[in-house]
Amino acid sequence: MNFSILIHETAEAFTRRDDPAQRPALYAPIGAYLQAMREAGVFVGGAGLEAPPTANVLSTNGNGWKVQDGPFADTKEQLGGIIIIDVPDRKSALEWARRFPAMPGRKLELRANLVPPSE
Amino acid sequence: MSEAARQAIEKAARDSRARLLAFLAARSRDVAAAEDALSDAFRAALESWPCDGVPDNPEAWLLTAARRRLIDAARHHKVLAQATPGLVAALDEAQVFTDDHVHEFPDERLKLLFVCAHPAIDAAARTPLMLQTVLGLDAVRIASAFLVKPSAMGQRLSRVKTKIRDAGIAFEIPHGAQLAERLDAVLEAIYAAYGSGWDDIAGADPRRKGLALEALELGALLVRLLPDEPEALGLSALMLYCESRRGARRDPHDEYVQLSEQDVALWSIPMIEQADRLLRQAERMRRMGRFQLEAAIQSVHAQRARTGDTDWESIALLYEGLVRVAPSIGALVGRAAAVAQARDPQTGWTLLQQIPASAVANYQPYWALAAHLLNCMDRTCEARAARERAVGLCEDPAMRVFLLRQQL
Repeated sequence: MNFSILIHETAEAFTRRDDPAQRPALYAPIGAYLQAMREAGVFVGGAGLEAPPTANVLSTNGNGWKVQDGPFADTKEQLGGIIIIDVPDRKSALEWARRFPAMPGRKLELRANLVPPSE
Repeated sequence: MSEAARQAIEKAARDSRARLLAFLAARSRDVAAAEDALSDAFRAALESWPCDGVPDNPEAWLLTAARRRLIDAARHHKVLAQATPGLVAALDEAQVFTDDHVHEFPDERLKLLFVCAHPAIDAAARTPLMLQTVLGLDAVRIASAFLVKPSAMGQRLSRVKTKIRDAGIAFEIPHGAQLAERLDAVLEAIYAAYGSGWDDIAGADPRRKGLALEALELGALLVRLLPDEPEALGLSALMLYCESRRGARRDPHDEYVQLSEQDVALWSIPMIEQADRLLRQAERMRRMGRFQLEAAIQSVHAQRARTGDTDWESIALLYEGLVRVAPSIGALVGRAAAVAQARDPQTGWTLLQQIPASAVANYQPYWALAAHLLNCMDRTCEARAARERAVGLCEDPAMRVFLLRQQL
């Protein structure tokens, strides 16, 4: 069963990435976390995302797309990364999510991936 | 409201609520209805005691009021019409206790604990149900301890109570071989409550901290209700030994402190002494079990407060016994750690290697110990990989910082 762990972060949390002094403390635990997932055979895929100001937002009223700069502005946290895992059930998915390195300004969302309708 | 009436009601709620509930539920076999009836009785007390004065026997008064409401409620629900005569007969017993001015009505809390941990009840619901019925915690508090929404916890608990009623689960104390099995479920549920409070010492979730104390309270109650069960004594001792070290598990900067590095001056000596007493009492009964062995291991650690060092030889021996009685992954890893200390890292490592890899893929303590032992054997590269794995499996930020620091 595939689940997505969505990592949401506040603007302040995003700025930690730009601070060379903070980078090791930021990335080493995540590296270890992803490695542990690979070794346990649950890691399917994932990516960290560039900061929200680099985003393009495409909106539509149904007739083509209107492109704007920047992230959706209506939430305090923005999507900072996504990890997809393959585990037996939601309980194990939650166990893995709880191991994601906790830091102020971070929030996680765990969602089951949609299963494509069978033929 | 008069001060006397308020105090009497608070006292009854604190000292007798669970016993009244257990008594009523054991007779009606309907926990939810018994709870409702008892709340109504307390509400009636709030109205009448301030005017009419506090009755001579407040518990008997509450029991009579709740009994009346239970019977009324059963009559009201036509579905249960056939059940009502039986219920009335069962509850007539309650009348005897009140009429005879018997102060002590039977304590049925043990039966209630066994119902909470009945095999027909989902294991995940057992601990919350105990906390609500036996300790009187509200659903909001329980929900926050288990990190679910209060409404979801409320629904879960009421589903369980419906199941108890509809399945007609008997309020009884099991006998013979059944007792050991059923008691184990009760002990497990109490230990689970303690464990949830223990893991969250990090303060990552301050709401979860309190359950450790509630588990200690349940453990102490179980010892009072089952004074001849060594495993109940063992569980209480185990929790007390762990609790005695709470103040030493983090340094003033909130960083993780290994057991071997803890300042014994921060351990609670009264708790250790209490645990020692319970464990000695259990050992006299000469029926060894998992919780007594785990407590005995902790008692050896606790002796460091007196002697200044740790008798690893004894700990290794106790783990040997524990692995035989209850070969959990935790016990197997603990044995390897103890043997490494008592003998040498290589022997510990050999034991660690015997644990099936699939069982430890997600088990953080295994990788932390592997890193430590590999390091002792100067296998630096493998140690690094194992420590990385331990970091990746960490839930506790303080532990993560501790491990990453060793990596440098």
